[in-house]
Amino acid sequence: MKSELKVKAIEKGTVIDHIKPEALYKILSIIGIEKIDTQVFIGNNLDSEKYGKKAIIKIADKFPSIDDINKIALIDPHAVINIIRDYQVVEKKKVELPEKIEGFVKCINPKCITNHEKVETKFKVVIKDEKVNLKCYYCEKITGQDNIEVIR
Amino acid sequence: MKNKSLISINDFTKEEYFRVLDLAEEFQKNPNQQLLSDYVIASLFFEPSTRTRLSFETAIQRLGGKVIGFSEASSSSVSKGESLKDTILTVSRYADLIIMRHSIEGSARYASEVSNKPIINAGDGSNQHPTQCLLDLYSIRKSQGTLENLNLFLVGDLKYGRTVHSLLMAMSEFNPVFNFVSPPTLRMPQEYKDYLDEKGIKYYEHHQLDDNLKHADIVYMTRVQRERFSDPMEYEKVKNAYVLNNKMLDNTKENLRIMHPLPRVNEIDTDVDTNPKAYYFEQAENGVYARMALMCLILGVVK
Repeated sequence: MKSELKVKAIEKGTVIDHIKPEALYKILSIIGIEKIDTQVFIGNNLDSEKYGKKAIIKIADKFPSIDDINKIALIDPHAVINIIRDYQVVEKKKVELPEKIEGFVKCINPKCITNHEKVETKFKVVIKDEKVNLKCYYCEKITGQDNIEVIR
Repeated sequence: MKNKSLISINDFTKEEYFRVLDLAEEFQKNPNQQLLSDYVIASLFFEPSTRTRLSFETAIQRLGGKVIGFSEASSSSVSKGESLKDTILTVSRYADLIIMRHSIEGSARYASEVSNKPIINAGDGSNQHPTQCLLDLYSIRKSQGTLENLNLFLVGDLKYGRTVHSLLMAMSEFNPVFNFVSPPTLRMPQEYKDYLDEKGIKYYEHHQLDDNLKHADIVYMTRVQRERFSDPMEYEKVKNAYVLNNKMLDNTKENLRIMHPLPRVNEIDTDVDTNPKAYYFEQAENGVYARMALMCLILGVVK
């Protein structure tokens, strides 16, 4: 099986590397992979020196916005984003957690106003025990890293 | 403070709280003043509440202001499916200040974003109820002469009780010692204990009300609600462990005062009511003065 997991190189675009395997599907969902119309290659459970196993996503001809990078940071702060031109890595971006998250994460509290009226969600990012916690600006409840759900 | 909304206890600075408390003291001495005669204040209670609503409305009436509003959502256009946003946008064109209670958490914060008039949160679900905290601070300061260095017992449902959480946060500014008395399943949540640890504030946990009460300056009682227990047997076992009676107040400090946000069910025996240490009805009265002060400062009729 291993040889089938080799991921094709791209000429230009974005490679999201060093993703923890368990974060892969959430990242695919959070960046809206189904709306991307260029070539996409995905590998999971590849050998990684750092973590044992890793996942990788290669997206041809697209470059991430700050917003995209923020979203990825939320799910896997260890991921690395490589910008590719002419098959070469021209820029390596470590993802960085923003202080605020607006608009794309659902508040876990079913009694929160954002789940009852058309209100854009807003969270303050709080790191606790190395986990990302999102404190809702409205209901003040915490949405933990494992409960992060993306609004589609 | 003029035009500032009060949604969460963290919205005001310590100085602003002191300003409200000082002014409340003046209103207590002289409660009937025509300071709000040119103002219309909306009292929007999407969820019923006797005490909070009557306390606000009394405060408005004593200051000569006019009240519009409703006491439950069924008598408002919410029952026709109107959104909170539309209700607030409309009422903010009628009134000078909006007081609101709503069962949805974060509703008051959202209303303050939508409204061009200040909002006072009179309770948003289990989230915040800052004017309760304000009147609790006023009551503590008034009964003890200070907020500093007090020994506070918080008793009952410490897990879900938003009033005890707000009180804990607010009193943490004044070097208190906390004693938490609750059933094991309704203990003070870890995040609040972490907060006290960070601030270096001492606290002790107990599962029973006993002679440890002799150290208390304030005993803050709350209701242990049956619906918080998944096992009714568990409720039966603990329900009487958190009932305060007159005998238990023997050998307590002279300055001790018993507080309760009310309504009380059975957690304070009625034989305590005539004890000079009982303070809960006075506490409710204090709510009127604290709310008078808050509204006058927000409307800018007193600087």
